Amino acid sequence: MTFATELMDIALIVAFATLALGQILSMVRLVIGPTTGDRILALDTMVINALGLVVLLGIYQGVQIYFEVSLLIAMLGFVSTVALARFILRGDIIE
Amino acid sequence: MTIELIGTYAVAVFLLIGSGFVAVGVIGLLKFNDSMTRLHAPTKVGTVGIGALLLASMIHSFVLGESSLHELLIMAFLFVTAPISAHFIAKVNIHQRSCDTPPAPIRDKTWSTLHVPEGDLEAAEQGQPTG
Repeated sequence: MTFATELMDIALIVAFATLALGQILSMVRLVIGPTTGDRILALDTMVINALGLVVLLGIYQGVQIYFEVSLLIAMLGFVSTVALARFILRGDIIE
Repeated sequence: MTIELIGTYAVAVFLLIGSGFVAVGVIGLLKFNDSMTRLHAPTKVGTVGIGALLLASMIHSFVLGESSLHELLIMAFLFVTAPISAHFIAKVNIHQRSCDTPPAPIRDKTWSTLHVPEGDLEAAEQGQPTG
């Protein structure tokens, strides 16, 4: 094992830990609120961090199959954020 | 120094950069004390962080010898949609008056974001669902 791969493994562990910590911290913001906008923002951040975790899993296992997963998560996250915001704004999602 | 070695170093560096940006974004989400200020941290910094992670994934695929630029698609999608969702969340903040109300518009009576139709108000008073 060379120094470079060792460094990459350490960086991978650091990134996993940081994103997991980020999920927990945004969950705290999701719980304490205080406004609806903050809760939507916390959910949006959690979706984007989950996308990052899936990408990191792909790097860790050295495979390409997680690409579709992360693309789907990105699209669903955007649509759900817009749907939540529109529900607050208009009282309805599709008018 | 082979190209694989440089690639591995680049993956490590981009992973560290990305996780640093993501951490800053989430700490900002937690620590700032105003809804509109909190909106800044994850929508801008977090997007760059995830972009760096995707770049690391792309370089890693080149190091492994199965070169692919798939992740550019996710990156482009994320960079386009993050400001749109931030805009919608800002509109929610204005609508719920959880920030300073913007100064009155020049021509119309009120901002459309703050406007509540008459029918909706009556329905809200009677406790009926609107829409």
